Amino acid sequence: MTTLAAADAANPSLSMTSGHLLWSSAAVLALAMLAFCVDLAGGPGREARAAARREQAATAVAADGGDTAVLTQVEAPAEVPEKRQWAGIGMSLAWLGTFLLLGAVLTRGLSVMRPPLGNMYEFALAGSSFAMVCYLLWSLRRDVRWLGAFVTGAVVLVQMAAALIFYTAASQLMPSLQSPWLSIHVTVATLSVGLFILAAAVHLLYFLQAKREDGGLRRFGFLRSVPDAATLDRTAYGVLIVAFPLWTFTLIAGAIWADKAWGRYWGWDPKEVWTLVIWVLYAAYLHARMTAGWSGRKAAWVAMAGFACVLINYGIVNVYFVGQHSYSGM
Amino acid sequence: MTSTKDDTKAVVTQPKLGVLGGLRWFWRQLTSMRTALFLLLMLSVAAVPGSIFPQRGISAQRVTTYLDQHKTAGPILDKIGLFDVYTTPWFAAIYLLLVVSLLGCVIPRIRLQAKTLRAPVPKVPRRLSRLAGHVEREVAAPPQEVLAAARAALSRRRYRLREDAVAEGAPLELAAEGGRMRETGNLLFHLCLIIVIIALALGRLLGWRGDVIVPVGSSFSSVGARYDTLQPGAWVDTAKFEPWSMKVNNLDVEFEDQVDPSSAQWGQPRHFTASVTTSLPGQAPRQRTLGVNSPLAIGGASVFLLGNGYAPRVTVRDAKGTVLYDEATPFLPQDNTYRSVGAIKVPAASPKQLGFFGFFLPTAAFSKTQGPVSIFPDTRAPALVLGLYEGTLFPGGRPQSVYTLDTASMSQVKDTKGQPLRILLRQGQTYQLPGGRGSISFDNAPRWAGLSIRSDPGKMPALAGALLGLLGLVMSMSLRRRRIFLRVTPEGAGSRLQIGGLAKGDDPRLQVALEQLADTIGARAAPPRTLDPASERKK
Ligand code: HEM
Repeated sequence: MTTLAAADAANPSLSMTSGHLLWSSAAVLALAMLAFCVDLAGGPGREARAAARREQAATAVAADGGDTAVLTQVEAPAEVPEKRQWAGIGMSLAWLGTFLLLGAVLTRGLSVMRPPLGNMYEFALAGSSFAMVCYLLWSLRRDVRWLGAFVTGAVVLVQMAAALIFYTAASQLMPSLQSPWLSIHVTVATLSVGLFILAAAVHLLYFLQAKREDGGLRRFGFLRSVPDAATLDRTAYGVLIVAFPLWTFTLIAGAIWADKAWGRYWGWDPKEVWTLVIWVLYAAYLHARMTAGWSGRKAAWVAMAGFACVLINYGIVNVYFVGQHSYSGM
Repeated sequence: MTSTKDDTKAVVTQPKLGVLGGLRWFWRQLTSMRTALFLLLMLSVAAVPGSIFPQRGISAQRVTTYLDQHKTAGPILDKIGLFDVYTTPWFAAIYLLLVVSLLGCVIPRIRLQAKTLRAPVPKVPRRLSRLAGHVEREVAAPPQEVLAAARAALSRRRYRLREDAVAEGAPLELAAEGGRMRETGNLLFHLCLIIVIIALALGRLLGWRGDVIVPVGSSFSSVGARYDTLQPGAWVDTAKFEPWSMKVNNLDVEFEDQVDPSSAQWGQPRHFTASVTTSLPGQAPRQRTLGVNSPLAIGGASVFLLGNGYAPRVTVRDAKGTVLYDEATPFLPQDNTYRSVGAIKVPAASPKQLGFFGFFLPTAAFSKTQGPVSIFPDTRAPALVLGLYEGTLFPGGRPQSVYTLDTASMSQVKDTKGQPLRILLRQGQTYQLPGGRGSISFDNAPRWAGLSIRSDPGKMPALAGALLGLLGLVMSMSLRRRRIFLRVTPEGAGSRLQIGGLAKGDDPRLQVALEQLADTIGARAAPPRTLDPASERKK
């Protein structure tokens, strides 16, 4: 907490509030993750109970002594899936944690009266908000409870890194960042990073599930609550074909802004190079998926390499590489 | 062993392949998807070192420093081009191969797509239940109405339709095809990549950039010789620059002082704006402002405000009091506190020319360990800390930096104790130089504006290519190529609707889409209120 207590610019009380909201959000999301984990851990038991019930129903019908002709007429009672209470709790906590996180972003923005996208701390907040919002919107349309533990887990990690490592006092921006293109470029960039996080979480599960389907990882019972590898592969692809055009837009908007701020739209600045490398790697992933002998695990590795570069671009290039993007505020 | 198209290994060992066959084989390899993938991966790996090692194209000075610090590794790294990654032959080889591969792959696909776009929608196949997606429904409406509803629903989704005449009493049929623009979008995207690369190359050849430092109150005219540095593209004639000029009237600069001085934000720049007067031949001068993020267009080029600093104005007099030098001399900021280095060259001094070198400190303070330092970038307590050399300033007339002294033919002036002379001058002070060499006074410290003037004719084509490419990408990612076939058979009072669907590539949503289509058709052809309760129960 000591880092957050430092005197801030602009509106200290609002930016303090923002810090408190961030910590509360991280705590709530950590609880959400635990709830999702309990749900996953209960998966094998749930399946065993369902199997036992099916067996019981069958023997009960048989015990009625009806002949088989009658048996086929009887509508087997539709299997009502067991209520997944823990997943429900996880989901509610995830909503709560996300609202707290959005509150943290909002108060941070209000404390400096500008879009809160000016330094690494603020990117981390925005990126994790986008990851959560995308996940929750997705959960309204599909059953993605199996992914909850991994998304909340990743987001809590990012939040902790933001609060403990990247924290920067709220302040105004240096002149080259004072541009509407900042909001456009960085908003879309963080949105795509949010999606990259989701896709990476799905790909991680894909590796585990694929291994399990090959006969390994017998002790990872929770994988039974997770869709099969082919579905996971398609799911990650579905997320990435949304993320890729967004990242392409990020690249273009960044070039337009670089032209305004620095007088050239492309200058091989380290940050530009890494943005391009990420773009090329995800393009390679899309190609790999369609190349014989590359689809499946190899393609997924290419996507993971892309995600590793997203992390490097954020965590290392911003801080250690000398370039014109040295705005990390650290 | 006969060689087939697919059996490339066999082709390699075929002795009768000949030169032409070999070329054809090579071409097929180069334009294969696998090669594209390989080249993309290579490109991503090859681009990385340029972000790790300093690059000459970005900061030649950092490369020099690196070479000084790494006496053994430096020259080796230099030899393999790690300080000029993006202009090395190996980097060029990768992206040129990628362009060739791209062209080789895209051009045949364009021809194919042109054919596909003109090709008719295929006929309804005999057995719809065999297709990848399949739905059967009963609809309480006559076949003609069901078909009309299907036509409307599919046209709304921009499907192309095909309806063949059928014999009296036979089932009605409708074939539809949608999402053919997916491939068109994908081709557009790949073509635009080429457009962007060509635009980049054009910008390099036809564009130019020049940098110049202009102290407040001075003016600058855009002729080749006036630039401090000028980098023209290979096809640029620097003699043909449009002769405009610009006077910097004022430079408004603001630094952060509303935070705790221990904060990293302390002293960070917040605001730079220059007000300038521009003049073009034959036009009245105009008052304009120029800021970071808001360049100014003039005479086919753009002027960017990329830097600022201080140009301390000093007056140097000889022993008799004659003014030898009276100029604002730009010093270069070294860090966020604007501790700046520079040199003041006084060629008019005699018998020996004088050269002062040292620091300008906008807010001078004394640190026990570092001596004089600056603690804030604005001029709150400006001071000059100088040393003095005498001798010949420009030996052999060689070009030299204005910010450093070439001391090859000069010797350092010592004080009475025999130590190198060190002059500390606060604004408004005058210092008497030892040995009757005259005096130096520090009058004030106006700012200078660092202008970068650039022209890039490839910029707009690159932007157009990038945006079109994005459009193509969105088309190729959002559209799905599907064929949908319907057969409607009369059944009782209503009809039986069969829908079969085929998709190109992976399409997990196909079945869902067909079910939604069947729902839409059902709702349209037989609105719920007219629904026959008997047929409802049967379903
Ligand atoms: C600069 C390098 C390239 C980039 C960034 C790039 C990017 C892309 C992207 C994003 C897709 C869409 C993938 C999808 O539909 O899921 C794609 C598809 C494709 N690309 Fe590339 N590509 C590049 C080079 C190439 C080259 C050199 C070739 C040919 C050898 C090629 C052939 C294809 C093909 C055949 C498709 C599939 C089209 C379809 O499924 O409709 N690409 N490319």
